[in-house]
Amino acid sequence: MKRRQFLKSLSAAGAASALPLPAVWSSANAQSRQETLLVVTEYAPNNFDIHGVGTNRPGYEVSWNCYDRLMTHGEKTLPDGTKSYDRDKFVPELAEEWDLKPNSVTFKLRKNAKFHDGTPITAKDVKWSFDRAVTVGGFPTFQMKAGSLEKPEQFVVVDDSTFRVDFIRPDKLTMPDLAVIVPGVYNSELIKKHATEKDPWGLEYTKVNTAGGGAYKVTRWQAGSELVYERFDDWKSGPLPKIKRVIWRTVPSAGNRRALIERGDADISFDMPNKDFAELKAAGKVAVVTNLIGNGIGYIGMNVKKPPFDNVKVRQAVAYAIPYQKIMDAVLFGLAGPMYGAKPGDPLQTAWPQPHAYTTDLAKAKQLLTEAGYPNGFETTLSFDLGFGVVNEPLCILVQESLGQIGIKVSINKIPGANWRGELLKKEMPLISNFFSGWLDYPEYFFFWCYHGQNAVFNTMSYQDKEMDAMIDAARAAAAANDTAAYDKNVQGFVKKAFDEVPRIPLFQPTLSAAMQKNISGYRYWFHRQLDYRTIEKT
Amino acid sequence: MLHLILKRTALAIPSLIGVVIVTFLLTRALPGDPAAYFAGPAASKEAIEQIRVALGLDQPLIVQFGRYVADLARGDLGNSLSTGLPVATEIRTRLPASAELTILGLLVSILIAVPLGIFAATNPGSILDHTCRILTTAGVSLPVFFTGLILVYFFYYQLGVAPAPLGRLDIFFSPPPRVTGFFLIDSLIARDGEVFLASLKQLILPAATLAIFSLAPIARMTRASMLAVLGSEFVRTARASGLSPGTVIVTYAFRNAMLPVVTTLGMVFSFLLGANVLVEKVFAWPGIGSFAVEALIASDFAPVQGFVLTMAVMYVVLNLLIDILYGLIDPRVRIEA
Repeated sequence: MKRRQFLKSLSAAGAASALPLPAVWSSANAQSRQETLLVVTEYAPNNFDIHGVGTNRPGYEVSWNCYDRLMTHGEKTLPDGTKSYDRDKFVPELAEEWDLKPNSVTFKLRKNAKFHDGTPITAKDVKWSFDRAVTVGGFPTFQMKAGSLEKPEQFVVVDDSTFRVDFIRPDKLTMPDLAVIVPGVYNSELIKKHATEKDPWGLEYTKVNTAGGGAYKVTRWQAGSELVYERFDDWKSGPLPKIKRVIWRTVPSAGNRRALIERGDADISFDMPNKDFAELKAAGKVAVVTNLIGNGIGYIGMNVKKPPFDNVKVRQAVAYAIPYQKIMDAVLFGLAGPMYGAKPGDPLQTAWPQPHAYTTDLAKAKQLLTEAGYPNGFETTLSFDLGFGVVNEPLCILVQESLGQIGIKVSINKIPGANWRGELLKKEMPLISNFFSGWLDYPEYFFFWCYHGQNAVFNTMSYQDKEMDAMIDAARAAAAANDTAAYDKNVQGFVKKAFDEVPRIPLFQPTLSAAMQKNISGYRYWFHRQLDYRTIEKT
Repeated sequence: MLHLILKRTALAIPSLIGVVIVTFLLTRALPGDPAAYFAGPAASKEAIEQIRVALGLDQPLIVQFGRYVADLARGDLGNSLSTGLPVATEIRTRLPASAELTILGLLVSILIAVPLGIFAATNPGSILDHTCRILTTAGVSLPVFFTGLILVYFFYYQLGVAPAPLGRLDIFFSPPPRVTGFFLIDSLIARDGEVFLASLKQLILPAATLAIFSLAPIARMTRASMLAVLGSEFVRTARASGLSPGTVIVTYAFRNAMLPVVTTLGMVFSFLLGANVLVEKVFAWPGIGSFAVEALIASDFAPVQGFVLTMAVMYVVLNLLIDILYGLIDPRVRIEA
């Protein structure tokens, strides 16, 4: 190319790119908008299959909507008028009916149910799916174990449409555990075709393909930015959903998620900061539904294995120095349930979470600290997960300020989300701000993971106490045996101990909110804290 | 010319090898534990160990490196754990999104900055010269995410003239059949005017954000270089010969002033690719920058390595292109080479 030619072509290119930019409006038609739901969230799924390695929360949502379980939960209306799943009521999904006996449960499958590819769903598929869940390891296996579902021998094909689960021990959590996301029913023949020697359960295939028979199937996916669901019109396990198509876009900026819902472009906006939800609620242009997260608590945890927090008086002193109300107002904008403010001396409830009787009382905190032998306080580090920095950061600063007033010098340690889990496992951090919630909404379940001497990762305080373990185990046994009196006694017992010895200070019960246009109805709160599109309608 | 290209390419090989080694070691030196992260919230120690073995992270570093290089030789960049897809696929789909945005941003910036610079140079000290200075300084001082959010706030939220910041296309359009991966070009190839306009509309705000940010270096460099050339003897001669001011400025002065401007453009392009990360976040743009940042947060090694390697290759190609451009603009460079 000659220099002159080149320079000429450069200016020609310049002229071509200077075309005027016309403002033509989108020609999307109203009809398709009516049957299409546009959802915006912060994160995108990394795996469509909850059995996969490291599937994230948005991935759970895909699993929930694209695979059926044998049974699911019914619906109830909460006192504030919002809808929630009903913990105690199971309704048929893939199974038409079931027969619960002391040592087993037998399910009758729907005879006309089909997978997305048209293959009929049989008991063989159910067994294969359950075998897979208890064998692949990692989270699914762990979750199955929580309901005493541990060995493939427990799952028996009686005939094509009859399936039995044998119990290895009486456990009240077995039936609820059969209705969580993990025991979905997979298209075994289809997946087997894609299985390899290295990957006998076909996890690579289900990672990016939905091989189930649920109400929706994924038809388009662009990793990290967009996912499109289409309704499975042949779905038999429930009333046919109203929404034909769901477009799920990832919008990382919370400000833009808010702008999209306020402008009316998005139908549902999920996971925004509490501040935005509180303001949207006040403005009243869109509907904001807020529900308390069942069996979930935000707390300050203290490592009881190391001084100074091995001293119960120090822990109580900290509990009296937490600015509970300030946290509720300035950090959570009121969108949380208080876990403080029980009247001293009031009888404990058997419900969980429930408030404790600690209040912000700096004089008492100072006195307890002196009694514990730290009249001048001490220095410590408060760590938190930067992944939840919107809540954690202001919360920790308030705690730091308040503890400073009784002489405890706190430095704050922000840990990036990727490292948080690893740090928790080491159990070396003296003081942390953290959150835990259990899918199965029972107190003994919460305590088994968070306070039991087995020292699971969620027992972030390394709290070990024989008496506590005995009460937790007794409550589990009483629940399985339907012995209400013993159950109540033990639940109240371990709650009292947890409050008296206070290895972790419950601060608040967090909420899950969703902002939606006023023409959207049928939103339901679920224990898994993701969206279920099947009940949603648009008018 | 061919000789020059070959020589340049050969010179780039050692730096690419260096990049491969350094990124591998750096990602391993990150404090995060991918096994713990991907084991999920409810993982036990055993579950984490299982995942560590499944990911091959239990092997010694040298074995992991050997495996990485062997895969690389076959063109396999590994799998991203956070999106679940092969890194090569991710980069192939995301790079055009970033490149389209960056190139358009740069073009807009050149179209504004170069005339502005020339005008400022021909009228030094005038009001327009000062305006140019203030404008460019303000543009470069504002962080890009801030400029982006402000633009979204005014043009989308307040005025409603810009489309929703939802990535490359409005949700009711499907992307055009893929040829280049650039929606503007692909939609033209498919003769689909609607999609062309839709993707252009989505591009305006993010491209403007990038353009505002990059005005300063281009305008300032054009001005300085033009001033130097305008003061030189051949321009005086041209003027003395009675040529019209337009001919003097455009034909003689500007052509000679272009060399430093082109160098600056190369630099601006590379730092725009960096600035892209934040713009992509604001506009939900499915580009390569936001992909790399998300991977970094999740200590997902493969995409980070793939990203750095892609960037390194792009810089090498970019430098090569600029060298060739030099040759086209200035014959002396060709003779020396």
